[in-house]
Amino acid sequence: MEEEEGLHQLQLLDTMFVRGLKRKCFDGEEDIEGTLAGFKALPSYNLQRQSLLDMYLVKLQLCHMLVEPNLCRSVLIANTVRQIQEEMTQDGTWQMISTQSTGQTSLDRLVSTDILCRSSKEQVEGKLVQGYSSFPKDFEDTQSQESSEILSTVTSGQAPRSLQSNMWEIENPQENRGNFQKSLDQIFETLENKTPDSVEDLFSEVDNSYYDLDTVLTVMMGNTKMGHCDVLETFPSQAPTNSNSNCKSDLNELDHIVEILVES
Amino acid sequence: MVGRMSRKLGVREESFIYLSMTTTEGDQPADIISTVEFNHSGELLATGDKGGRVVIFQQEQENKTKSHSRGEYNVYSTFQSHEPEFDYLKSLEIEEKINKIRWLPQKNAAQFLLSTNDKTIKLWKISERDKRPEGYNLKEEDGRYRDPTTVTTLRVPVFRPMDLMVEASPRRIFANAHTYHINSISINSDYETYLSADDLRINLWHLEITDRSFNIVDIKPANMEELTEVITATEFHPNSCSTFVYSSSKGTIRLCDMRASALCDRHSKLFEEPEDPSNRSFFSEIISSISDVKFSHSGRYMMTRDYLSVKIWDLNMENRPVETYQVHEYLRSKLCSLYENDCIFDKFECCWNGSDSVVMTGSYNNFFRMFDRNTKRDITLEASRENNKPRTVLKPRKVCASGKRKKDEISVDSLDFNKKILHTAWHPKENIIAVATTNNLYIFQDKVN
Repeated sequence: MEEEEGLHQLQLLDTMFVRGLKRKCFDGEEDIEGTLAGFKALPSYNLQRQSLLDMYLVKLQLCHMLVEPNLCRSVLIANTVRQIQEEMTQDGTWQMISTQSTGQTSLDRLVSTDILCRSSKEQVEGKLVQGYSSFPKDFEDTQSQESSEILSTVTSGQAPRSLQSNMWEIENPQENRGNFQKSLDQIFETLENKTPDSVEDLFSEVDNSYYDLDTVLTVMMGNTKMGHCDVLETFPSQAPTNSNSNCKSDLNELDHIVEILVES
Repeated sequence: MVGRMSRKLGVREESFIYLSMTTTEGDQPADIISTVEFNHSGELLATGDKGGRVVIFQQEQENKTKSHSRGEYNVYSTFQSHEPEFDYLKSLEIEEKINKIRWLPQKNAAQFLLSTNDKTIKLWKISERDKRPEGYNLKEEDGRYRDPTTVTTLRVPVFRPMDLMVEASPRRIFANAHTYHINSISINSDYETYLSADDLRINLWHLEITDRSFNIVDIKPANMEELTEVITATEFHPNSCSTFVYSSSKGTIRLCDMRASALCDRHSKLFEEPEDPSNRSFFSEIISSISDVKFSHSGRYMMTRDYLSVKIWDLNMENRPVETYQVHEYLRSKLCSLYENDCIFDKFECCWNGSDSVVMTGSYNNFFRMFDRNTKRDITLEASRENNKPRTVLKPRKVCASGKRKKDEISVDSLDFNKKILHTAWHPKENIIAVATTNNLYIFQDKVN
């Protein structure tokens, strides 16, 4: 049943996608007013893009769940994600996101920073997350209780969407530039901290610590055994509720995931 | 090079007739065929599979009495080329899957080929043994040593015929030169050197030297944050030993001349077609990624395969291809689904016929397509056992993109995307083609009148 629905979703996406994009190209040449008018004429365009972004997030996750991530595939997906991101910036969708992000807690910020921007030394020595339980340990000095609360929230198996919102609804403080346009560059931000050796491994190989973080992410997604269709299905169903915040959380999530992808 | 064909092949409705199908079967995942390649004479056909095995087929000698067909291909040799390895430093398994096989031209009685997996290239010697020495003085026939004191007379050992034995032995192992996954190898026309390419680098080897290789292309950026493009295929020019091309995931092809500099990071020519704005979508970049590049036998043209089309480029014109053939345009509206099920990342290969007049490539549902460059006709055929008995003519297929489906047409929605033909090869001189479905190898040949 679920599979059928998933399939139906895809077919819907296919049709929406083709139609919507063709119209978009037409409108691209016009001025702002024209574009806005174009958008009004295509209320589903943002939804299409949102769904697509969701799919890409899933892909990126699954990407680095494989034994040997295919570099070509990863690069192609990352490029497309960047493209969507740039487009969203131009749309002005980004601005809406930025204003909403100011109210985030510092805790979340810390969680993301620590996970994603570990020093190269730790990584090389394999001290990166050795499994679920080490997350709270790392934040002992920084409101660990709250973070473990969040983590336990994660494990209690909430719907994937809200999970992501809780865990990843963050603006990375390292990014003092303050705009998400460069968030994909965060992928490689950690590079600056890396030793030459580990640089070599970026985007290519997987190490043990990678797997562990991966497991964490997978569990956070709600269900490791979820098929593509199932996971995909849950995203669009939540999209209409608050597309802006979903957008933002998606893109945050995206940043983090891509960073993790590259960190290994 | 051109004109070796005995008869020109045209893609006419009634003349595209292939008979005589040879299939090898396997149902294990390790039997998935990953590469197919004819040797320079066409007498031998090599296949590599996911389990690291190489199977070589040999064409039977022409039977004068059987005028209906040329020789069929039978198994000639099977050997394990690569084994799975484990990289302990990186905690990574290295797949034994054979990514590419390339034959060397025959210089003596033995045959040589290069086979590669993700990390290691091996030179294999395949030799025949049909005689063996008998009559040693110090050894019995079964190999046991004789007591020298029992030897009273001496004799000269002689060669006596035996059953044909085909032996494969690894002659060179070219290892530890690639950080990323090797996607192609190409032998130079000097027959002394060859290229190997991974996602970010291309190395030049000498066939005799295994402990050194020259890095001639390196597109790895200093800051990995700038990585947006990878190398997808590479090939040496068939005639010019200093020229090679490599294709990228962004749909560009770069032609490089090794005489220009030691490191060929700066291309001599850049082939790129501007994007059609009306076709632009979020998937544009992914489907523009080139999965294969092949020079024509003449060396004047090269062919590239991206997800939806085959393009022929004139080496003298960089800004657009001279010919474009749509392989399965009906998939353009299905890109979202194809992305979801990962099919959009499938890497299809393409090949030329011996006279460069026809090009061939694979598709889904076990379909493969041929395009005649002269008549501009094309044909879709299917490689399947259900529909084809040996010695029957292949029936052309048609996919119905939309609207009413005619009889015998297949609708896009009923295509099986698990049945994909990624690897095809064309005999260098005759109208014989090898088509690999997931587990099976089909050999089709032209009807001989």
